[in-house]
Amino acid sequence: MEQFFKDPSLYTFLRGPMLWLAFLVFFLGIFYRIAITLREAKKEKIVYPYLSLRYTLRSLFRWLIPYGSISMRRHPWFTAITFLFHICLISVSLFLVGHVELWYESWKIRWWTLPVSLADGMTFITIFCIILLILRRLFQSDIRFLTSSSDYLILTLVALPFITGFLAHHELILDYKIMLTIHMLSGEIMLMAIPFTKLSHMFLFFFTRAHTGSEFGAVRHSRDF
Amino acid sequence: MEFKRKPITDIGIDETLKGVDEKKIKRAIDWVLNREASARLKVFVETCMRCGMCTTSCHHYLSHEKDPTYAPAGKVKQTIWDILNKKGKVTKEDIKKYARIVFSECNLCRRCVQFCPFGIDIAYLLSLVRRICCLIGAVPQYIQDQALSHMQTTNMLWFRQDEWLDTVQWLEDELKAEIKDAKIPIGRKNAEVLYLAHGLEAKYMTGLLTNMAKIMNVAKIDWTVPDTDGWDYTNKAFYACDFETMGKIVRTHYEVAFRLNVKKIVMGECGHAYRTGIYEGVRYLGWKESPIPYIHGVQFFYELLKEGRIKIAKKIEEIVTIQDPCNIVRYRGMGKMLRYIVSKLCENIVEMTPKDDHNYCCSAGGGMIDAGPVWKSARMEGGKIKAEQIKNTGAKIVIAACHTCHKGIEDLNEYYKLGVHVKFLTDLIAELMEIPEEMKP
Ligand code: HEM
Ligand code: SF4
Ligand code: SF4
Repeated sequence: MEQFFKDPSLYTFLRGPMLWLAFLVFFLGIFYRIAITLREAKKEKIVYPYLSLRYTLRSLFRWLIPYGSISMRRHPWFTAITFLFHICLISVSLFLVGHVELWYESWKIRWWTLPVSLADGMTFITIFCIILLILRRLFQSDIRFLTSSSDYLILTLVALPFITGFLAHHELILDYKIMLTIHMLSGEIMLMAIPFTKLSHMFLFFFTRAHTGSEFGAVRHSRDF
Repeated sequence: MEFKRKPITDIGIDETLKGVDEKKIKRAIDWVLNREASARLKVFVETCMRCGMCTTSCHHYLSHEKDPTYAPAGKVKQTIWDILNKKGKVTKEDIKKYARIVFSECNLCRRCVQFCPFGIDIAYLLSLVRRICCLIGAVPQYIQDQALSHMQTTNMLWFRQDEWLDTVQWLEDELKAEIKDAKIPIGRKNAEVLYLAHGLEAKYMTGLLTNMAKIMNVAKIDWTVPDTDGWDYTNKAFYACDFETMGKIVRTHYEVAFRLNVKKIVMGECGHAYRTGIYEGVRYLGWKESPIPYIHGVQFFYELLKEGRIKIAKKIEEIVTIQDPCNIVRYRGMGKMLRYIVSKLCENIVEMTPKDDHNYCCSAGGGMIDAGPVWKSARMEGGKIKAEQIKNTGAKIVIAACHTCHKGIEDLNEYYKLGVHVKFLTDLIAELMEIPEEMKP
């Protein structure tokens, strides 16, 4: 923040006030979406009375471990890609040295970080997986049928911070600082998009699985995996 | 990929739409999507990542050479997403297409739900479209007719109360030729079991009711059948998502049970009625669970065999395979009980793959068979994968503990020349069980 007031520029703006705004929108947005969803779920008289902790956990467990469900076993390649993609994506965003340093600078908190070369490799994997996901969308008929331009847009939105971060780190194509500026901008846009686009699956996942897991386990006495 | 289908005319849909304007359509859509549906609709539409994990789970997709217009999320795209994109301003042609998809290309079997990483309830989304069609009135004629019959008589086939009473008395007389002093008690108070029958058992399939009565007599069950309307457990209104009528039917069943002061309701081999009886209708009426036990035929037979109340005299030697009816297996986990019973009745069992709660639907369920003869071709085409599954077992007998599966597979058998016989458990048990000497006439 102070940096921006001392030396106002796009770079310090994105690093200061804009980052604040992005996190604010991200957290408040998630909070708002969850609150609304929980309230609306009350109107659906059949959601709350049947929720079961046991079957929610069973369902989450089955769907959060690789190949835990019949569906994943039937789609071995896709499962590998999507798990790699998500693991790399989340680890790099949370545990990259550069990111953790920023938290330390502002809040004096620090946590475990990824070795730089590993983070670099994971960034590359994330980008590679996104390319595979795009190819799949382009060439697999059932998915192409479902796809609209917004799906490509979302994939691009997620890919940009990784591509620019990677390029900045290796000082490729553009000047380091310019690339970093684009990196921050795209990262912040992605963060703000999470609560309001289909990227909200990141937190809604736990709610849909709770409902369906309970409905299958406690009411239908069968498997949802 | 385009939505290409042979034209089919169903007067229940086409004639109704002639008298409907776009305003009425919009009203129905607004009511269902804004007033009745809420969190689930929103969250399911938003979290769908268009990932295609659900695609190959659906027997319609597998049976139609990978045509994406038959894939689960593909069907949601062509209906719910389309309605949402058009903000409810849809044409009659659109409704006609939606009705075709939701009534003749989805059995609401929920296999796809098991394959979606988010557990998105695709069948629920498609049933919202059925509900919209229902409010407009654009529902396959055969379903409409049966639902109307339910409204008037609580049974599916316009049977009058006195016809029911006559039938039962006549069946009791017939049964006496096989079992000494056989009884089908009518409207007996304080009995332990109230038995409800399938509508068809009172008219075209009376043998099934006789066989159930035979089992009741041999097992010495303290039982009764209703002496009033409400004896038919089927609930065809459910298929149209006509929840008001569905609730009325289920309420009537429980009212009969309360009036006769029975301990539990037992029904025969039927899927959808069981589901409405234990939760769909019960929830609509505001109960969390059924107020008194509502027992499916499979559970009933399982308990009789476990407790040794009936004994099996001989077993079937031919190769037998088991159809897992979605409504009692995926919807109520009865796969194990079903297999226990079959293992008592048959020597050689060859299972289908996939089986149990991962089974494929028979392609007749969820009202597809009740949509009537004009939609039969859709059912036959969609059942191709089921027919192959049966063929691969090499079985000569398919056991189907559900009226819909039973008829559906019989039709597939004819269409694909599978050379199998489809059997109910009731008939097999009645045929194979031991009849104590003193009960023989
Ligand atoms: C714990 C959190 C998360 C869970 C449980 C989760 C789960 C899933 C699942 C089940 C899918 C659908 C099928 C698949 O591609 O595997 C998916 C897709 C996707 N996820 Fe996540 N996700 C999470 C977090 C995130 C985050 C934080 C992002 C990025 C901001 C993200 C981006 C994506 C993208 C872009 C796709 C779509 C891929 C495509 O278009 O094919 N996810 N996620
Ligand atoms: S028929 Fe079954 S698997 Fe196919 S879309 Fe309908 S509910 Fe899903
Ligand atoms: S599996 Fe679920 S998330 Fe994926 S396309 Fe099908 S409904 Fe959508």
